Amino acid sequence: MNKITAYLATSLLAISIFTACKQERKLPFYGERHAETVKDAAGAEKIDTVYQTIPDWSFLNQDSVVTTNKATDGKIYVADFFFTSCTTICPTMHRNLMTIYNDFKTNPDVMFVSHTIDFKYDKPHVLKKYAQKLGVDGPKWQFLYGTKDSVYTLAEKNYLVAVGEDSTAKDGYIHQGYLVLIDKDRRIRGAYDGTKEDQVEQLKKDIPVLLAEYKK
Amino acid sequence: MRNYIINSIFFLSIITIIVSCQNQETIDLQNYMSNGKDIYKAKCQNCHGENGEGLGQLAPPLTDSVFLKANKTRLACFIKNGANETLVIHGKEYKEKMPAFPELADIDVAQVMVFVTNSFGNKQGFVPYTKVSKDLQNCK
Ligand code: HEC
Repeated sequence: MNKITAYLATSLLAISIFTACKQERKLPFYGERHAETVKDAAGAEKIDTVYQTIPDWSFLNQDSVVTTNKATDGKIYVADFFFTSCTTICPTMHRNLMTIYNDFKTNPDVMFVSHTIDFKYDKPHVLKKYAQKLGVDGPKWQFLYGTKDSVYTLAEKNYLVAVGEDSTAKDGYIHQGYLVLIDKDRRIRGAYDGTKEDQVEQLKKDIPVLLAEYKK
Repeated sequence: MRNYIINSIFFLSIITIIVSCQNQETIDLQNYMSNGKDIYKAKCQNCHGENGEGLGQLAPPLTDSVFLKANKTRLACFIKNGANETLVIHGKEYKEKMPAFPELADIDVAQVMVFVTNSFGNKQGFVPYTKVSKDLQNCK
């Protein structure tokens, strides 16, 4: 009898240690940050950290409709930079992103935004054809077309993804294959190499973690 | 005990015979398959997929053995020079452009072609690179 009690006691202790140690995972914040004095609900002043956010934007989507940052209001989204005639990393990035798209297809809080960096050729109707052939239909995944300046600035300054024209590259452009995770407050919460399977798996796990932040 | 030794020697010699009987072609096939797989991973898998499943309507699967067989002599040309025509694979039309791979030497083309035509459910056997070189000279 004594033995059983001792056994039960140790198991209980072990269980409580394990559960106490399990902290809720929270995603990091990327980019610049600064401290700001803000007033809380009671009107008391306090110091808060303010993180880099994605600024307002406006582009044409694959249906030639003017689309702005309002489309992502109240949603978390994954953004990337690509072009339709890219024969190297883009097919892998979008093959992988496609699996995430399919996983979250029915979740209205998740969106996808792909910016083309080929301002010469990737007009909306080209993006439309590409999306259809990839197997994407509807507004959940937006393919956006804009001027070189607006897209490249957004990529490098705001999403922290390097892009550029390069006549020596196989397809005329170079860019990083990051999938960037943005929260509902337009802050960067993750950047994953879309060509690496393990990082794409991590993104798949991080999306629910980010969604859970807004559940409370 | 003596029996045991005799038996062992007997089996060992049988195994030796089998191993050395593996002819040159089988060894070549194994080499092509292993090099071809590396080339495939580096240059083709992004579009055609880890299991040759393709990518939506953007890139066709490499699992249509009937197509591959019918176009046996053109495969090397597709791989080296790319393709830009309407192809019907598993009954579906594909018309996107496949890029050229001018950096691939004839032997590389042969290896990746042999890998493709003997993977993903295909089983077309060995093709030596001398044959592939000839095919490449006849590309249109
Ligand atoms: C940028 C994407 C891309 C890459 C990279 C690529 N292909 Fe293709 N491949 C295509 C497309 C698109 C077609 C269809 C072309 C057409 O319709 O004219 C095709 C067609 C083919 C075909 C004939 C059709 C079929 O499905 O059997 C073969 C064989 C083939 N590719 C092999 C390869 C091999 C081997 C490599 C690597 C050396 C490779 N491809 C790299 C996109 C690609």
